[in-house]
Amino acid sequence: MNEFVETLLDLEWHEQKSSYDVVIIGAGGHGLATAYYLATRHGISNVAVVEAGYIGSGNSGRNTTIIRANYGIAESVRFYQHSVDLYATLEEETGCWIMHSTKGLIWLAHTEMSMRAERARSLMNQACGAETVMITPEEAKRLCPQLDLTGGGRYPVLGASYHPGAATARHDRVVWAYAQGAMRRGVDILPHTPVTGLLRDGDRVMGVETPNGPISAGLVVSAVGGNVTTIAAMAGVRLPIRTHPLQALVTNAYAQGFGPIVSDSELLCYVSQTARGQMLMGAEFDSQPSYSMQSSFEFLQSVASKVTHLLPFLRDLRVLRQWTGICDISPDYSPIMGETGVDGFLITTGWGTWGFKAIPAGGEGMAEMIATGVAPPLIAPFALDRFARDHTMADQGSAGTR
Amino acid sequence: MLWLTCPHCGERPVNEFRFGGELPHVPDSITDETERNVDYVWMYDNVRGVTTERWFHAAGCRRWLTVRRDTITDTVVA
Repeated sequence: MNEFVETLLDLEWHEQKSSYDVVIIGAGGHGLATAYYLATRHGISNVAVVEAGYIGSGNSGRNTTIIRANYGIAESVRFYQHSVDLYATLEEETGCWIMHSTKGLIWLAHTEMSMRAERARSLMNQACGAETVMITPEEAKRLCPQLDLTGGGRYPVLGASYHPGAATARHDRVVWAYAQGAMRRGVDILPHTPVTGLLRDGDRVMGVETPNGPISAGLVVSAVGGNVTTIAAMAGVRLPIRTHPLQALVTNAYAQGFGPIVSDSELLCYVSQTARGQMLMGAEFDSQPSYSMQSSFEFLQSVASKVTHLLPFLRDLRVLRQWTGICDISPDYSPIMGETGVDGFLITTGWGTWGFKAIPAGGEGMAEMIATGVAPPLIAPFALDRFARDHTMADQGSAGTR
Repeated sequence: MLWLTCPHCGERPVNEFRFGGELPHVPDSITDETERNVDYVWMYDNVRGVTTERWFHAAGCRRWLTVRRDTITDTVVA
């Protein structure tokens, strides 16, 4: 797919230079968005983005493309709402069609306990500038006529929170919109260039080693997904990150429209419809950390039994494809952005299963931090030193489904 | 699926177990006592390769066991 997209774009690819102002490791959504906002907002375009595979070959190409801001704590709600707003204007800004479509998200509750959680979520969202309201089962049924309000007799719907601003966009188009915008302003993107080591002078990071020779840099930024612990260890940085596999699947096309995104905080699963009409669904990440991208039959079984209780029509569809990504989970289920304690080395990681929706705000925040040296207020609460300060950003209300 | 060998119950599927985390290991290079405590509580080796970890046999004998697992292939190693 991406090799095909590459032929559509008229882009100038450059050879690797020996020195840049900024080297970003990882040409996924976050790395490319950081490069794009560095070039557009701060006029810094002497930037290289090095990538081990092809552009967007990691989790940017494996996610379920949901964009939403209905988180449980104030810092997260503000950050993700900004991201939702940036996504809404991204087509206009970049001139690239990212197939952005606002769908609304229904978050179902089956017990009084989760009704309470959803009420708290909607109040917190309203207080922080994101729109989320409580709706009755009948209203949920009106928004999504396919819903079985008895939950197959097993998971009766007591109510739901509704987040009308939730959207989806085409993941590889987002990545390419940022790549194209950055390259046109002079950023060099270097695919198939794995980082094999970091250049260091004492404690300070001075650049990266690649098979095509070293690159010296004023600043090195890790926007790596999956293998971030390895990259950080090259700089002597220890991270509170575990790498877990996350699986997803699509079915064949469902001929009728399926309007909103349906999530469930008890069953930990979510369902939406792609632009092709396929039903896209996922669930929580695998319990044990692993770098294996092996998809499992147990995942298919568990997701199918959950979603067919809520949406009986899914029983008649066939599973078309199933895949796995490896994602970086932090202990408080929030991202880690900013300084690492090592000079010349910044990090944006911990994007777990919520990275796609954060691409614009994460990239914009990191770009501002690189340009000014100070973390902007939206990303400052997510610094790595929050763990040592005992000031974690625990967001249990959103920990299950993303 | 991954199968783990419980010393009491024998070989059982992984969904009977609860993952208890890798054995904490603070590098010797960290000398400050507070920093060692922070590292012990929060940081992970997150090994890409063979790791030693604890598992709890939640749906079985409800006892803890130690497992050596290769995280690249997600298989148990001796």
